[in-house]
Amino acid sequence: MSSSGFDQVSVETLNRRLFFVTIFVFVIFSMLVFRLWFLQAINGQKYRTQSENNRTHLQKIAPYRGLILDRNGELLVDNLPAYDLYINPEGIQDQEQLLKALKKLINLDPEEVRKKLNKESGKYSFQSVLIKKNMSRRELAIIETNRFNLPGVDPPQRSSQRSYLYGSFAAHVIGYLGEINEKELGGGQYPDSAPGDYIGKYGVEGKWQKELNGAKGEKQVEVDAAGRQLQVISKTAPVSGQNISLTIDKKLQVSAEAMLKDKTGAIVAMDPSNGDILAMASSPSFDPNVFITGIDKTEWQRLTSGTDSPLQSRAISGQYPPGSVFKIVMALAGLEEGVITPEESVLCTGTYDFGNRPYHCWAAGGHGMVNLHRALRESCDVYFYKLGRKLGIEKIAYYAKMCGLGQKTEIVLDSETSGLIPDNEWKLKRFGVAWQPGETISTSIGQSYVSVTPIQVARLISIIFNGGKVYQPKLVKWIGSEKDKSHSEPVLLKDLKVDKKNLELIKSGLTAAVNEPGGTGYSARLKTVTVAGKTGTAQVVTREKEKELKSRSESPDSYKDHAWFVGIAPVETPKIAVAVIIEHGGHGGSAAAPFARDLIKQYLGIDQEPDAPISQDTAGSLEAD
Amino acid sequence: MMFDRRLLQNFDWILLLLLVFIGSISVINLYSATFPIRDAGGTQILIKQIYWYLMGFAVLLMMTTFDYHVLERLAWPIYLFSISLLVLVLIVGKVSSGGQRWLSLGVINFQPSELAKISIVIILSQFFSTHGEYADYRLRDLWQPFLLILVPCLLIADEPDLGSALVLAIVAFSIILIMKIRWWSLIFLIVTISSAVPFIWFNLKEYQKKRIFTFLNPEGDPLGAGYHIIQSKIAVGSGLLGGKGFLKGTQTRLHFLPEQHTDFAFSVWAEEWGFFGSIFLLTLYLFLILWGINIAKNSKDKFGSLLAVGITAIVFWQAVINVCMTIGLMPVVGIPLVLFSYGGSSILSTMLGMGILMNISMRRFMFQ
Repeated sequence: MSSSGFDQVSVETLNRRLFFVTIFVFVIFSMLVFRLWFLQAINGQKYRTQSENNRTHLQKIAPYRGLILDRNGELLVDNLPAYDLYINPEGIQDQEQLLKALKKLINLDPEEVRKKLNKESGKYSFQSVLIKKNMSRRELAIIETNRFNLPGVDPPQRSSQRSYLYGSFAAHVIGYLGEINEKELGGGQYPDSAPGDYIGKYGVEGKWQKELNGAKGEKQVEVDAAGRQLQVISKTAPVSGQNISLTIDKKLQVSAEAMLKDKTGAIVAMDPSNGDILAMASSPSFDPNVFITGIDKTEWQRLTSGTDSPLQSRAISGQYPPGSVFKIVMALAGLEEGVITPEESVLCTGTYDFGNRPYHCWAAGGHGMVNLHRALRESCDVYFYKLGRKLGIEKIAYYAKMCGLGQKTEIVLDSETSGLIPDNEWKLKRFGVAWQPGETISTSIGQSYVSVTPIQVARLISIIFNGGKVYQPKLVKWIGSEKDKSHSEPVLLKDLKVDKKNLELIKSGLTAAVNEPGGTGYSARLKTVTVAGKTGTAQVVTREKEKELKSRSESPDSYKDHAWFVGIAPVETPKIAVAVIIEHGGHGGSAAAPFARDLIKQYLGIDQEPDAPISQDTAGSLEAD
Repeated sequence: MMFDRRLLQNFDWILLLLLVFIGSISVINLYSATFPIRDAGGTQILIKQIYWYLMGFAVLLMMTTFDYHVLERLAWPIYLFSISLLVLVLIVGKVSSGGQRWLSLGVINFQPSELAKISIVIILSQFFSTHGEYADYRLRDLWQPFLLILVPCLLIADEPDLGSALVLAIVAFSIILIMKIRWWSLIFLIVTISSAVPFIWFNLKEYQKKRIFTFLNPEGDPLGAGYHIIQSKIAVGSGLLGGKGFLKGTQTRLHFLPEQHTDFAFSVWAEEWGFFGSIFLLTLYLFLILWGINIAKNSKDKFGSLLAVGITAIVFWQAVINVCMTIGLMPVVGIPLVLFSYGGSSILSTMLGMGILMNISMRRFMFQ
């Protein structure tokens, strides 16, 4: 023992110092306790939430999109199994080599793939990155057979791809899907959507997006720090979208589209008794499938900015002068206003002079004495010039608007346009000049400023033949199941207060136009069913200009008139109304009426009936207006 | 020396009980920390820790078989031996996680810095017990102790293992402060050290600077350098008052918590046992430290008293630094929680120190 014990003073000193040490230790431990209290008691819930967020990963499960059927339940739009290419960054051995191989095998842009891999892999190294949606069958086969050479590439994952079974069939009605864009994501209209989702952008797909889409399901999975999925904590199944049955009749639509092949124009077939759209074709058209499989810039430009604008639905947004089809409105206005009687006759000499200017009838020699019946049958221009003078533009405009012209029909598709029914007020506003009486005369035969859409015309004739009922055109028969009646109920917008006798007079005139010799719509007649209708020729350039061009034999197709025909059958209990417009088709009687006849024949199931032969004595009327 | 019956009578059961308690909790906690990797080496880690503890208690008992005053005579040889090990580790040491800190002894990888902590305590106790009475030291009286501290500090910092160098320095200065320095000398010392801070800063390794930056603003790089601090705070905080329950700590089980069986073992405990569990564990450490101070108080000679204070300081400072680190009060410096974290080197050397403490405690009545 080398050292001796403490003396008293030293022990006391040391004890005092150790007392301070003890206090110091207590202070430090109290600090630790306070800190723990701060973390675990005061801020504990915050950290508990953060630890929950750490461990759970919410995965959305895409719902099955509703199918689209025709009015008879025939499938038009389906979902097909598709395969998506995923790459697991953890599994990649040599990224450069993989990118090169993918470029060689299925022509994937290496830069794009690199970008996707870099963007995603920051979060979880174990989570696979979506590289390509909807691989083609060929690509799928190539990937599957070469996968053992492509470390990092996952087995292709199954998903669902929208498929428009008949390509461009009813493309303007059905519409298409497209990837959601930033604006739509931010707009709050698609609350359940995430980048990369496909939503309906146009047509029925767009308008009934909510119903067709259903609701996403959710899967809460537990993940570890590396992002490996360990177990499913909870799961809500997605709600499938509802199927939609259209009012479109597939066979009729196919025929209408075949008729418009290589032409520019539109056909609308409607059930006059309830406004159901039976067929709605517009040409040129497009294949909505290209929006699913991916569309490149040149294709997009062709679709959107080409002069023939295939994305535009001419049936509801093409605005054309109605030509002689407008005479239906004129007749109704004249009778309702009492400015004409059915017996009253007017002399047609082939021209009508007003204000130092001759207004010609399409029949250069004149029709002679013409009453209302004959005027409608043979589409006498002079009769209607004179009627127009008596009515004045305000009355004409009133009746045109009453019949739904120059206004949207309220069909639910977005791209509908209204057309135009001019009057004094409009002209003052538009040009700052008062309405000229001469313009009333042009308007009387559906020229000058007046313009309408094909669907308005189909509804116009429906109104005449259904007793003055203005229905909203309908595209959807039911949503969800056939038991759904809420969508099939016709929507009556207006019930016109017109004299039924006057309607009968117009009906008789329009029936004569198709069925009596000399009628302008003679080529639309059928043997077993009575068809009624009205031809029209919408002038693209003025008659004078046209004559001048003809004389110099410089009449390109773009100066040719648009051919109109609007028909309805059977006259007694109308089941179908058809409006046809062929751009630059020439005369309505020859270029448009036969299409309407064939569609009526097909829809009414009288396919067997031989075409009525066109006799020599009526051939001339085909050239009529 | 004859066997003294009083030795057995004076055996410090409280100290032993505290150590058994802490050791058991350590093993329980380690079971949870290694549970998710039990098939990938986790079970071996657990078994090894139990072995370290059994060996640790054997070392503890061995350290009671001789009179601790032997250490006073052997202070210099022990000090020189530990310095030579520190030099050796710089030459032939194993490199792992950014430092050359380990000497491979076959079954065990040994950290010479652990032994250096004890040897500096022994040699400082020897120095102050033989150099004068409890007077106010002036700086010029202290050049020798400073040199004794500086050599191992620099060697350890060179590995680099800044955390251990820091612990060694703090422990050593704790002993000097107990000895009481003159106020003016103390102020001079503080000023000198503060002015050395910029110099130290520029000599820090890049990852060390980063750790300090990260400590100051962990959210600045949540997936990189700040990850450890953030995830540890989440683990501790999410334990709330009662904890998530044994084996139910998600931060631990799903590996969000880094280094969970070593540096962040306390976070595992705090997550699963909550505030009350954390307080319980801290209280055990508090008792251990107060008991160490009590042993120092009851020791009848200056060397034993200083030795007990020094060894207690080793436990105290390491525990405080580690817990502060896991609850975001200090930068991550890589100090395990003494007696609690996994690690043979740390447990064996701490138990060796505890053996010395037991030795002093048993011999408190020797001079009656």
